[in-house]
Amino acid sequence: MTSTTPDGLAGAEATAGDDLLLPELVAHLREHRTQLRREWANRITDESLLSAMTPQEVFTEATSVYDNYVGVLETGSVEALQDYARDLSERIIPRGVETNEVVGIVLLLRDVLARSLFEKYHDDFGLLNRVLDAYEPAANRIANTVAVSFVEERERVIRQQADAIRELSTPVLQVRERLLILPIIGVLDDQRADQLTEQLLGGIRRHRAKVVVIDITGVPEITAEVANHLVQAVDASRLMGAGVIITGLSPEIAQTLVTIGVDLTKMNTVGDLQGGLEEAERLLGFRVTRASDEDG
Amino acid sequence: MADREVPAEPLRVSILSQGSYLIASIHTALDDGQLLRFQRDLIERIGSQRARGVVIDVAALDVLDSFGSRTLRDIARMSRLRGAETVIVGIAPELAVSMVRLGLQLEMPTALDLEEGLAYLRAMTGTAMLP
Repeated sequence: MTSTTPDGLAGAEATAGDDLLLPELVAHLREHRTQLRREWANRITDESLLSAMTPQEVFTEATSVYDNYVGVLETGSVEALQDYARDLSERIIPRGVETNEVVGIVLLLRDVLARSLFEKYHDDFGLLNRVLDAYEPAANRIANTVAVSFVEERERVIRQQADAIRELSTPVLQVRERLLILPIIGVLDDQRADQLTEQLLGGIRRHRAKVVVIDITGVPEITAEVANHLVQAVDASRLMGAGVIITGLSPEIAQTLVTIGVDLTKMNTVGDLQGGLEEAERLLGFRVTRASDEDG
Repeated sequence: MADREVPAEPLRVSILSQGSYLIASIHTALDDGQLLRFQRDLIERIGSQRARGVVIDVAALDVLDSFGSRTLRDIARMSRLRGAETVIVGIAPELAVSMVRLGLQLEMPTALDLEEGLAYLRAMTGTAMLP
């Protein structure tokens, strides 16, 4: 027998007979499965929830959620539902389903079922009360479980993506002996700028670099804090004996830097990556010539 | 000597002579008094060894305060007055970041490590290393 019946909460009327209420309720929900499920799916469509999914998909998901829901009411075990909710979240998060939609549909199902219980028992008010006493805590726990699973899954996805970005974001590449390039793509925030400094200095030490070209062609915008981070990274590199050339400052970034008054006079900047590499090669004493020129 | 140093204390700085260059390695963090003593010893040695260049290796340091960086800068200036170029080598990434965050300016040449520092001095002073 389940333990979902609240002990003592139903007051003096709570009897051994209440233990049978939940099974009875489950039987009722099973019996009217088709009709209640359709009603629920309609409510979902009416409220334009799950708009990212087709009506067919909504119906399929609604069916399995319904069955799981009733199953939990019957067994009182939310574990199976937890697994299902996690699995469901994994499928629908990439489709752009929002938290409010997921919570919304579970609450709708709770309401649809409560309404149907009301219809069935409205003649006997005392009995209805006891049925709802049995139903509500279980239903709320289900809503809670689904919402929490969804949010947890979302957070897991976000964490995973943040890790992926962190790993991908700042490659340090050696192009020639003692010459490194750091191509930076995407928005630089404080955290990434910190990481950039770390990678830059680690790279200088590891590759015994003398010149580093940081290419920010792929950076759309820059804030004063991040610009200062960059200046600091350049200063720190100099302390380690390496010169830094910054290339690919877009007109917007150049304008921002001048407007916010970041002092870039100490920085060696060259228009594009090619120019930066040529300058670096010059500093290192390389001379690149075409093989044909050499022959002739 | 006015220094109240415990005799058994391990060596914190070593100053070695390599051809016409001096190589000073700082092994552990130095307090202000020790720094000043180091400064005095080093400047002294430049004269007695007729050194043309000085490499100061700070690879073992993980912090350097404003007094420390000022002392290093002073050493570089005094060395130049006594005819030797100075280069700091071996600043660790963490130290570099913390110095920059604290706004400490060395205003003197730096190089990655001892080898690089010696190469820098050779380029600056034009002196070949003696065998």
